[in-house]
Amino acid sequence: MSTGNMNLTLQVWRQKNSKSAGKLVDYKLSDISPDMSFLEMFDVLNEQLINKGEEPVVFDHDCREGICGMCSMFINGQPHGPKDLVTTCQLHMRSFNDGDTIVVEPWRAKAFPVIKDLAVDRSAFDRIIASGGFVSVNTGNAQDANALPIPKIQADAAFEAAACIGCGACVATCKNASAMLFVSAKVSQLALLPQGQPERYRRVQSMVAQMDEEGFGNCTNTGACEAECPKGISLENIARMNRDYFSAKFISEEEV
Amino acid sequence: MSSLSKAFTSSIGKKFVMGLTGLFLISFLIVHVSINALIFLNDGGETFNVAADFMAHNIVIRIMEVGLFLGIILHIVQAIMLTSQNNAARPEKYAYNKPQANSKWYSRSMGLLGTLILMFLVLHLYHFWWPTKVSVYTHQEHNTFQNIVMIFQEEWVVAVYVLGVISLGYHLLHGFQSSFQTMGWNHKKWTPVVKTVGVWFSIIVPIIFALMPIAIYFGWVS
Repeated sequence: MSTGNMNLTLQVWRQKNSKSAGKLVDYKLSDISPDMSFLEMFDVLNEQLINKGEEPVVFDHDCREGICGMCSMFINGQPHGPKDLVTTCQLHMRSFNDGDTIVVEPWRAKAFPVIKDLAVDRSAFDRIIASGGFVSVNTGNAQDANALPIPKIQADAAFEAAACIGCGACVATCKNASAMLFVSAKVSQLALLPQGQPERYRRVQSMVAQMDEEGFGNCTNTGACEAECPKGISLENIARMNRDYFSAKFISEEEV
Repeated sequence: MSSLSKAFTSSIGKKFVMGLTGLFLISFLIVHVSINALIFLNDGGETFNVAADFMAHNIVIRIMEVGLFLGIILHIVQAIMLTSQNNAARPEKYAYNKPQANSKWYSRSMGLLGTLILMFLVLHLYHFWWPTKVSVYTHQEHNTFQNIVMIFQEEWVVAVYVLGVISLGYHLLHGFQSSFQTMGWNHKKWTPVVKTVGVWFSIIVPIIFALMPIAIYFGWVS
């Protein structure tokens, strides 16, 4: 951990577009404040590049407060860098030391093609969510609060699954580029609640089929996704998805 | 494709087959290691030979044996299919990856460990399964214990067997609890039990297996 301003060497993946080959390019940065976020450090780098008339580094970002799921950098071999339970935008330069070399790459998966530099196309996740379809909700006035009794333990588990921001760190770090932690969180947040029951078994089958079609790998339960997830999504969700999938395929008579 | 065949060819379906065959092979290990342990009675292999003879001739066991080979083959075929899909899912590798920060090496090396076990298994079948089969079909007397004592006289054989069961131990260390997770059996109360039992199983079973060639080589059992 550094307290004074730092000099750093960045090795950043530069790739012109999805078709061209990319490579790591070295950049020297000096006088970086330890209170900057990792993305602010990239803003400094980009300003320097623009002033020199060079192409700035393209990277995804939006809210910069850890809730939108846009930022996606593979930093020194880990998605969102070395700290637990934070996204890249919430990672601060005080987590590094003066003189460090930091390697920054995009998420790497066949289902996440690189658009440019560090930005990847994560629309595969959107298609998986869309394939889940609708949830039956009554029209008319809003229901009274607590009209549907839900046990606290169930509500908490659903809420924890719903904390997934869909950043793709699980895919990025998985040795198989598997999306099962993400898909299982999206399946679980509805499967755990009464409102999600009518379409429960149809939903899990559609979402798993779409996940397979997108070209993600298969889970081998290494637990890397859970360890790297900025929102702490649990492997219990994958077990739940598997259970629901088996029930749907082997017991339910509805064909999907 | 019918709904059921789609189920078995999906990602989760293939994992289901991996987990189920894995658990089946684990149950076989319990039988195998129990019979092996009979040599430590040190009665000149008398009890052990009775058990080995029963296993070689009993019709139910011989039918189960077919199931066992099918289980091993399915486990291997699924592993090859899953691994090739997994490799294809990341065509461009990371220049700098730090997997040791988030997972155990043996959980990431199941394919390598499985291949080592398979190589060991070929030698193992040649040493013990094949002579027994030949004796059954040619209706000859076969002293399994004598065969064991003969084979474990060579250092390199003992070394290969010890390395084989070490690979098995690490394969089980991940595979035992992993198969439960794949089957969907993740439970706040039971998963810690499964994990603890899995660790002890992966240590004790390979140690008993390894003790057999070692004990015979050093003449502790004769």
